[in-house]
Amino acid sequence: MNAREVVLGRVRRALADVPAEETPERVAVERTYLDSHQPADAVALLAENLADYRAVVHRASGAALPGLVAELLAGRGAASVVVPAGLPAGWLAAVPPRVRRVADEEAVTARELDAVDSVVTGCAVAIAETGTLVLDGGPDQGRRRITLVPDHHVCVVRVPEQVVDSVPQGLRRLDPGRPLTWISGPSATSDIELNRVEGVHGPRRLDVVLLGSQS
Amino acid sequence: MVRRDGLPDRARRGGGAVSGGTYLGMPAFPVAAESATRNERLRANLTHATHTIRDKRARAVAELPDWQRLRAAGAAIKDRTLRHLDTYLERLEAAVTAAGGQVHWAADAEAANRIVTELVLATGEREVVKVKSMATQEIELNAALERAGVRAFETDLAELIVQLGDDLPSHILVPAIHRNRREIRDIFAERMGAWGRPAPEGLSDEPADLAEAARLHLRQKFLDAKVGISGANFMVAETGTMVVVESEGNGRMCLTLPETLISVVGIEKVVPTWRDLEVFLQLLPRSSTAERMNPYTSMWTGTTDGDGPSTFHLVLVDNGRTDTLADEVGRQALRCIRCSACLNVCPVYERAGGHAYGSAYPGPIGAILTPQLRGVDSALDASLPYASSLCGACYEVCPVAIDIPEVLVRLRERVVEGGEVTVRGRRVRIRPARGHAAERAAMRAAAWAFDHPGAMVAGQRLAGRMRRFQPRRLPGPGRAWSATRDVPPLPAESFRAWWRRTRGDDGEGD
Amino acid sequence: MRVALFVTCVNDTLFPRTGQAVVALLERLGVDVDFPQAQSCCGQPQFNTGYRRATEPLVRRFARAFHGYDYVVTPSGSCAAMVRDNYPRIGARAAAEGRDRGLTSIAASVVPRTLELTEFLVDVVGVTDVGAYYPHAVTYHPTCHGLRMLGLGERPRRLLEAVRGLTLVDLPGAEECCGFGGTFAVKNAAVSAAMGADKARHIMGTGAEAVCTVDNSCQTHIGGTLSRLGSSVRPVHLAEILASTEERRW
Repeated sequence: MNAREVVLGRVRRALADVPAEETPERVAVERTYLDSHQPADAVALLAENLADYRAVVHRASGAALPGLVAELLAGRGAASVVVPAGLPAGWLAAVPPRVRRVADEEAVTARELDAVDSVVTGCAVAIAETGTLVLDGGPDQGRRRITLVPDHHVCVVRVPEQVVDSVPQGLRRLDPGRPLTWISGPSATSDIELNRVEGVHGPRRLDVVLLGSQS
Repeated sequence: MVRRDGLPDRARRGGGAVSGGTYLGMPAFPVAAESATRNERLRANLTHATHTIRDKRARAVAELPDWQRLRAAGAAIKDRTLRHLDTYLERLEAAVTAAGGQVHWAADAEAANRIVTELVLATGEREVVKVKSMATQEIELNAALERAGVRAFETDLAELIVQLGDDLPSHILVPAIHRNRREIRDIFAERMGAWGRPAPEGLSDEPADLAEAARLHLRQKFLDAKVGISGANFMVAETGTMVVVESEGNGRMCLTLPETLISVVGIEKVVPTWRDLEVFLQLLPRSSTAERMNPYTSMWTGTTDGDGPSTFHLVLVDNGRTDTLADEVGRQALRCIRCSACLNVCPVYERAGGHAYGSAYPGPIGAILTPQLRGVDSALDASLPYASSLCGACYEVCPVAIDIPEVLVRLRERVVEGGEVTVRGRRVRIRPARGHAAERAAMRAAAWAFDHPGAMVAGQRLAGRMRRFQPRRLPGPGRAWSATRDVPPLPAESFRAWWRRTRGDDGEGD
Repeated sequence: MRVALFVTCVNDTLFPRTGQAVVALLERLGVDVDFPQAQSCCGQPQFNTGYRRATEPLVRRFARAFHGYDYVVTPSGSCAAMVRDNYPRIGARAAAEGRDRGLTSIAASVVPRTLELTEFLVDVVGVTDVGAYYPHAVTYHPTCHGLRMLGLGERPRRLLEAVRGLTLVDLPGAEECCGFGGTFAVKNAAVSAAMGADKARHIMGTGAEAVCTVDNSCQTHIGGTLSRLGSSVRPVHLAEILASTEERRW
């Protein structure tokens, strides 16, 4: 008997008390919890919660976005930036040419990425109640590693259309088949005396731009 | 060398660290706990840390008015899963396989270690990076890899502190909770060089500087790693999706940079549907790190072309879980989502520390999980169900409503009365644990006396007459009481004697 | 309304004054209370130590002793919790082992009728001001089983706040276990003592003259620790405070 059969056989014997006619669906799960905690202004709550976990939140209209992105990169002294293949071209329009653009390609090694200063991406969905950005590897977000290895991440959220209230609403918008990264503030640890310290292995600086029609 | 507290010299270092990378041969809980209560620094570290986090948790939970409903749903989803675990494991296997992953099954720790070791060796690599994982702690994977010539680097900050300090974890969420910042600074300064990039010169004990030292130390390892090893917080049967919840980004590094990813996961970590995550992703962060959401959560389904590892192995581990499943009361321990809220509120954990529990699972959850996963054969494992005053604080905060006191009492019964249990899949009858004979006799005698009030009344009368001779310090087993507590004076007359005398009701019951 | 006092074995043997206080208090409130002599122990020490089967005869005895009463009132949070939480479990387990012999229905019959004293006062008699007088500074320690298993909530505090002359002092870390835990106190004596010492320090820090609980078993541990530490804070059961009046100091 192989290990699979051994384990499944043990499971079945352990569940001898479960009536044969009981199907999984007949074990009641009451979903009486809230689908949303009904924030008055989801975008404002997103901004507040992101800031609470030390992300730096900015608002911009479409016209102001390129200038803001350029400013954010310049503020970090970025000499290079990773660019996902489908990032709207205009977003980096005001970033001077001397800032090296690094394409998000499979051939780029982790070591090469480690030498890059910043990355600019969009996102798939943002969750207001938890202050969370979710990346799903879409064309404006790229491979998972590009938002991980560089020390500075600029993430653009289209508001209000990409913002949902809650975790349940967020999950419904996502495709489980895609690689997903949920980001709630910059990397952090509480491993030393349970004091929260921002900035361990992931980007230590997270700039979030809420891109709307009005700024 | 053995010090006067009875623990080996290595076990006393610093803030109560234990050493040697194994829990084998550790003393029974009361012995280890007694020594911990006398370690002032350990107690100060633990009190500070647990009180900080328990207050934060209370605030994070209070933000959600539907917390109790989420908690009930979390328990119900886990119960549905456990009652049909075979169905969900088969669904999971099919979904992971369809998404390009390879699924392996391990009946016990040895099998799991063998599978992982062979998978690593087959890559030709001799170094792996690891995400913090309770399952791999439980099966002592690192030691098994070491024996095969493979070096495993722990990358979670606290696990790094533990690994560099040749120590054992003492907390589920914060494995180095027993260490304060000065101890951590010393460990980094002394030990990082032996494992890779040394700590920066003049390293301070500021948490931010210590985190920076860890970042620098581990960076090269992440960038060069070809094999990553992880656990998982959840596995979705419906979609084959794996979920890892973390804070530092070390998890993302291990899950996305290597070419090969091996996830070692207990079979009870499966949840039925994608939608079920909406419950657990609300329950876990608030219960665990007391955050609305932890900084990073990674979800992946099999492999993705051109993004992340090209090879994904899932090793499903039993190692006593099906034995636990076989007990209708004890089964609920498998709902656990490893948040550690029960540790943080436990007054016993706070004073005894995590090492006294003698396994990867300390605190109240360990006291009910370890004796079920390992059995109650050893003195240590048989003592764990008694490592609680049954105060119920753990049950109150548990996000999946595990009635830990109920299971503790169930396991006490197993210890003192023996009976039918499942061991490695087989029903066996175990004998009562040794060392409880006098207690058993006393408990039965007391129960007999309480069922024969005539005998009880005679005892009360005798006590009333002897009260002049009542000692301040008790002999025999009573010494454990009177060492720190005065004994209340015996009354001249019992309540029932007073009632009879003043109310004239005669007879002594039946 | 037929009301029985379940005094508990600990109070019967060690703290008869508490039982006497309950009788005086209830009679003052116009409640006739009986003391069925067939009662003994609820079985908590046996059950919580793992001797479930040894508890079964005591469950039967409890039900027999209190048969026919509308309410069984007890001045012990943990004994009330034993009956309400664990008797049904003992019945269910026995039934699962094919040894029910009526235990399940016996257990079910006593559960809804068994009330801890403050529940009976607030929920059944409907009083919070029981006309008591107790001119002392008192701090209240909510014992674990009353707090978490029974969910006594604010009942004890509301009763205490209505006592004339009484100054209620907040206890820091009030909801933390005192460390008694039945056989835990001797099986894990060091941890129990450490918890007790911390509780005692918190109590002494309040400046109260007395520490009040609804459970004399916990109070034995707290009082014994206080006394060993040389403290003059005296342990007193809530019933004794509520029984006190200007005429009769308890």
